[in-house]
Amino acid sequence: MGKKGEVKLIGSWVSPFVFRARVALNLKSIDFEFLQEKAGSKSDLLLKSNPVHKKIPVLIHHDKPICESLVIVQYIDETWTHGPSILPSDPYDRAIARFWAAYLDEKFFPALKSIRMVQGQGDEVEKKLKEIKEGLGLLDDALVKISKGKPFFGGEELGYLDIALSGFVAWIQVREKTFDVKLLHESTTPNLAVWVHNLSAHPAVKDIIPTADALIEWVRLNLGPPPPPAN
Amino acid sequence: MAKGDVKLLGAWPSPYVLRVKIALNLKSVDYEFQEENLGSKSELLIKSNPVYKKIPVLLHGGKPICESLIIVQYIDEAWSGIGPSILPSDPYDRAVARFWAAYVDDKILPAVKGIVVANGEEAKVKELKEVLVLLEEAFILKSSAGEGKPFFGGDEIGYLDIALGSLLGLLRVTEKSFNVKLLEEATTPRLVSWADSFCTHPAVKDQLPDTHKLFEFVQKVVYPRINDHI
Repeated sequence: MGKKGEVKLIGSWVSPFVFRARVALNLKSIDFEFLQEKAGSKSDLLLKSNPVHKKIPVLIHHDKPICESLVIVQYIDETWTHGPSILPSDPYDRAIARFWAAYLDEKFFPALKSIRMVQGQGDEVEKKLKEIKEGLGLLDDALVKISKGKPFFGGEELGYLDIALSGFVAWIQVREKTFDVKLLHESTTPNLAVWVHNLSAHPAVKDIIPTADALIEWVRLNLGPPPPPAN
Repeated sequence: MAKGDVKLLGAWPSPYVLRVKIALNLKSVDYEFQEENLGSKSELLIKSNPVYKKIPVLLHGGKPICESLIIVQYIDEAWSGIGPSILPSDPYDRAVARFWAAYVDDKILPAVKGIVVANGEEAKVKELKEVLVLLEEAFILKSSAGEGKPFFGGDEIGYLDIALGSLLGLLRVTEKSFNVKLLEEATTPRLVSWADSFCTHPAVKDQLPDTHKLFEFVQKVVYPRINDHI
């Protein structure tokens, strides 16, 4: 739908935030050009399109840039009104979906990201793992309440919160391997474990979701080893 | 709408609570306000916002909505068709409004904290002024599209006006506390007149905390807390 040149997405296959935009575009069957940024350098187009943050993802539609992953997902939902609705229709359900998506960005992701910086420091790692597990526990409970027995937070189909969380799945699996711990697993988050299975099989997701191994290799090549513990 | 249906848990100094009050006023929604004592949070607050235990919380028909900008969007959608639209109608304009509101939440409070912790050091003041200059430029861009209208939202206050305008009290207190100018003719002339239009708007003017009271509160309670956390 739409000429390919009309829609561009500046991003990277490793970014959980870019992943959200890709899933949303796929869900709406939108043809787009994916402009993969090179690790460690920012293209002129990125700097020009997002001068404030200089970050990916940036969606460019009719030459106008839209920045911030959740803003992009909402823009996609509101601009392409065919296909499944990403936000639920009821205002209260929308507020709940937005609340948890904001929680992911404000609380959950910082804990998930920063555990890498304390790798090798037993106590600090335990603290971070506890935070991550608590967050996943809250999300597991939320899934039960919100999905009401359906496969996704959005119900029968992927919705806003599914998309918001989708980008973190592979990175959670990276942490599971690196720290030898179960995070998204039937023994720890039984409902989310099923959700991961449903998500990974979904047509909008299955061809683009990275493997934990591929991400671990990318980290090794581009970020090097984690920093030594501060003394 | 029966008053009992809508309840706002908040506190008078909070800019985030102010956002919700303004949105409710824009939509002429009757509501009950419960002033929370932040030293001892009510059971209702803790039950309604177990994740953060923070104000504001809007209760509509007993159902809680949390996070100020999410509440503002909820109000816009639940009372759509009454009063002005808070979010613009065009998807691109909505994306721009959401982008800058997120920027306000991301940058302004940390920049204020930076000034407090550094006791008004010029470099930190400069950081906040740069944030405000970007917002000035965003306003100019909007205005040139909308032919010099008074608000980010156009003729009427909208989402970004509410997001940024609610922080004016804190910005004024910071100016007074450290004897600096943050919004001024020299660097942010359009925002200076915008601030005036915002603060005199009927949905806003009776909700603004008393400046003197706010100054004392911020000095006595907020700044020490900021310094304690360093």
